[in-house]
Amino acid sequence: MVRQKTSGSTQQAARDYSPFERALLNDFQHDLPLVPRPFAAIGDRLGMGEQAVLEALAQLKDEGVVSRVGATLKPGVVGVGTLAAMAVPEEDMERVAAIISARPEVNHNYEREDALNLWFVATAADDSALTAALAAIETETGYPLLDLRLVCDYHLDLGFTIQWTSPKRIDD
Amino acid sequence: MDVTEKDRRLIAELQRGLPLVRRPYAALGAAVGMAESEVLRRLGRLKETGVIRRFGVIVRHHELGYRANAMMVWAVPEGQVDSLGQEIAGEPDVTLCYRRHAAPPRWPYNLYCMIHGRDREAVLARGRQLAASHHLDRWPHRVLFSGRRFKQRGAWYMPGPADSNGRGEEG
Repeated sequence: MVRQKTSGSTQQAARDYSPFERALLNDFQHDLPLVPRPFAAIGDRLGMGEQAVLEALAQLKDEGVVSRVGATLKPGVVGVGTLAAMAVPEEDMERVAAIISARPEVNHNYEREDALNLWFVATAADDSALTAALAAIETETGYPLLDLRLVCDYHLDLGFTIQWTSPKRIDD
Repeated sequence: MDVTEKDRRLIAELQRGLPLVRRPYAALGAAVGMAESEVLRRLGRLKETGVIRRFGVIVRHHELGYRANAMMVWAVPEGQVDSLGQEIAGEPDVTLCYRRHAAPPRWPYNLYCMIHGRDREAVLARGRQLAASHHLDRWPHRVLFSGRRFKQRGAWYMPGPADSNGRGEEG
C-alpha cells in the first residue's frame, strides 16, 4: 500500500505503552495537582511511587512523546501571537523553513498542502515585537506573508484523549 | 483578570516546563524568588481565572501515532461565524477552533478548525461528516493537510534561552 505523505517523519509510535504510562499520558493533561509534591499525588492515584512517576515522565520526555509538564495559556492575555502563511517554491522550502524555525518567536512551523504551503505560529511580548519579527522574516526570506490575527478562540482546549491502538504498526 | 508582573515572571519560567523533581513548585519558585506556597497560590489563581488553560502533561500527538492533521477553513459571513464556531468547537476530534481575520482576496477564510487522526482517510471522513452536520460546505472552504513539520514547541511569550529542541507539542 502506498504510504500517504502526511509528515516528514516516517517513524512509528515508538513502542507499546504500559497501563501506567497510558494513564500518565492521558489522565493528567489538565490538572496537575497543585500540592507541594504533585508527582507523589499522581503516584497515589495510580498506585505507584513518586520516583516511578518521575522516572516514567522523564523517559517519555526523552522519547519525545511528552513535550513538557507545564501550562498552555489562553491566547492574548500574556503577550500576542499570530498565524502566518507564505507561498514558497518547493526548491526554496528548506532554506525558508530553516530561517523561520530559527526565530525564537516561532513555535510551530509546518508545511501544508496548498499554494500557501508554509504556515507558522509566532508569539511575542507585545505587538511591536511581533510585527518587527514578521517584517524581519519577510526581509530575510524574500517572500511576503499573510498575517492572520486571531479574533477569538472557541475551543476550551480540553486536551486530547488518546485512543490506544494495538501494538501493531499503525499505518501499514 | 489582572496578570501581575510576578505572574508574568512565573509564566515565563514555566514556558519550558516544570522541572521533574520531587518539589517542582519549590524549584520554580527558587528560580524566580518566590516561596513554594506563593507559586502554588499564583498558579491556582491563574488556572481558576482561565489564564492558564491546561496545566499538566503536554503530549505530542505525532509521536503517539496521530500522523494526519488537517486544518479546515471556511469563509463564513460575519454574523454567523461565532455561532458556527461554538458548534464546531464542541465536536469530538476537533482539537482547535478559532476565528481569524480574513486577508482577502488571497485568503477569504475566517473560521478555522483542526482535526487530528491516525491517517489521512480518517481525518478526511471526519471532516466531511463535520461539514455535513453543520452545513458548512455552502461557504467557500478548503482543507489543508500538514506536510513536513519543521518546528513544534510551546509558545514563548517572553525571552528565554535558545531553543534546544525543535520539537514541541500540540500540533
